[in-house]
Parts: sequence; structure tokens; C-alpha cells
Amino acid sequence: MLSPPVRDGLGMGVAVGLSGTAFGAAAVTAGLSVPQACVLSLFAFTGASQFALVGVIAGGGSLAAGAAGALLLGARNTLYGLRMADLLPWRGPRRLLAAHGIIDETAAGALSQPTAAWARTSFVTVFASIYLTWNLMTLVGALATERIGDTDAFGLDAMSAAVFLALIAPRLREGHRERAVAVLAAAIALAAVPFLPPGVPVLLASAAALIVPGRGPSGRSGGDGAAAGSGGDGEDPARGEVRT
Amino acid sequence: MTLWLVIIGTCAGCYLLKLAGLSAPRRLLDHPLVRRFAAAVPVALLAALIAVQTGSDGGQQLVLDPARAGGVAAAAIALLLRAPFLVVLVVAAATAAGLRLLGL
Repeated sequence: MLSPPVRDGLGMGVAVGLSGTAFGAAAVTAGLSVPQACVLSLFAFTGASQFALVGVIAGGGSLAAGAAGALLLGARNTLYGLRMADLLPWRGPRRLLAAHGIIDETAAGALSQPTAAWARTSFVTVFASIYLTWNLMTLVGALATERIGDTDAFGLDAMSAAVFLALIAPRLREGHRERAVAVLAAAIALAAVPFLPPGVPVLLASAAALIVPGRGPSGRSGGDGAAAGSGGDGEDPARGEVRT
Repeated sequence: MTLWLVIIGTCAGCYLLKLAGLSAPRRLLDHPLVRRFAAAVPVALLAALIAVQTGSDGGQQLVLDPARAGGVAAAAIALLLRAPFLVVLVVAAATAAGLRLLGL
């Protein structure tokens, strides 16, 4: 029998990894070559950043704006790393390898385990299963798109927005502040589209995270999922992102 | 060539950001402003990406592609119904493809 962290980890890993098809398709549609799509999945290996970069390139935006957006999105992995440092006590080469696996899904999986041993098992399982399927499916999606050409007919252009929506859905359920941040960010980005080069409106929208106040005057501490201590709704930012 | 450099730079940057978290002093996370900003930035960026991909041509024109918007709306409904990740993606693509087939 598989232990629970292995069973759950494999399920999540394979499901999320399959969406690598959408990335491969989006990358080639944006004008990247098949090797370029695969290099991103192998070495950047953080879905939202990869989609953000090719999204800007697809819109004819500046490469610098695309890379900046990708790195801003990648910065949340730094936070996951901080949170997981106690659970993944490896040193040397093993730490260098483990670092590559710190993404939304491994953090969500590891941080929701009851013991440190299970957390490590979950991390390794989710990392390995996502890494293999994500990269394999990136190749499949990229090759298929290269053959097919017009992927819009298959609705693949709607898929990357759907990936983003699925990634933030658990956070939007958490509290008013997340929803306010999301609505404000969307409004800022759309308002800026006609005036700024592609890619820049999205960067500008990150200001919404600073504008929306973290705590209301009533002293309500929940909602931003990051209040110190416990008790508020969504006390753990990564926890809500566990998917089945 | 430039594209390759940007891709390699993005890969290196993304990896170093991950490694930095695993290696940084843990008390950095105690700072409330760091936690607050960190919790909200992904939501802001991803919401902005959804808006721009759905409501613009990818360049500087605000246009609504009805099929794509329909796909994203269908994904939102699937998420409200707590559909699994892959189902959400398939629903989005199938809806957009179906609407295009109907001539939208």
C-alpha cells in the first residue's frame, strides 16, 4: 500500500503535470521553438512564471517586461522556501536539488502534512511526479502545436488564463482582501493596456498588493492569509492551494 | 538569440529565487510587511494576467474575444463547482473551441 503522502502526491503531481501540454502549446504559439519551451520547463520549472513570460512574448511585448513578470511571480517560491527550510534540512548538493522543486504544489503538499517525515515524503513525491509529467507534456504540447499550427481552434488560448484562475481560486475563497487585490489588479492592468507596452501593465498591477490594506479598522486580522499566529481564515498561504 | 538569453536568464533567476528562500535566515519571514506583500503579490499578478489575456489582443488594444472569454467564464464556473484542476482546463478549452466552432 502507498502511504497517504505518496498517494496524494502522485495524484496531484500527475494532474498538474499534464497541464504542461498547455504550456508547450502556448510557448510554441507565442513563437518559441520546441527546445526553448522545453528548456523553460526543465530549468525554470515554475508554471505561472513560464506562462507569464510566453504570454508577454505572444503579445509582442518587450522581453525585459516578460522576464520581469516571470521573476516577480517566481519570487513567491522564495517565500515557500523560507517556510519549508525546517522541513527540508538537507545540505550540499541535495539542497541544491531540493531548491529546484520548491513550487506552489510541492509547498501546498508538504506544508499540509502532519509530520516532518511525511512532509519530506510528500515533497519528494510531488516534485518527482510533476517534474517528469510537466516536462514530458511540455514536449508533447510543443511538438503537437508545431504540427497543428492554429491552436486557437482547440481553445488552447483559453487554457493559460484558466491555469491562472485555478491557481488563485483557493486564495480568492479565503477572504475579502484577496478578492479586493484581484479586482484592483485586474482593473489597473486593463486600464494601463492602451498606454503602456505589453507586459508592463501586469507589473504595474502588482501595486495592488500594496494598496489594499492588510487589516481593516475593525481590527480584523484574517483575510490576507499571512497574519502572524493562527486563528484567522486561511492561516497558511500555501495550505489553501492543495488540489485534488 | 536575444530570446535564448532571456530564457536562460529567466531560468537562472527562477532557480536562484527558490534557492534563496531555502538558504535565507528564517526570521525574514517574521517581518509582517514581507508576509503581507508576499501573500498578495501572486494574487495581484495572476489576476492581472487573466484580465489582460482575456480582455486585450495581447498588444495595446482592449478587445474581448468572445470565445476565449467564454472559455475563461466556463473555467470560473467549474472552479465554483470545485472541479479538479484538469477538468477546469479541459472545460475552458472545450468551451472556447465549441464557441469558435459555432462561429463566435
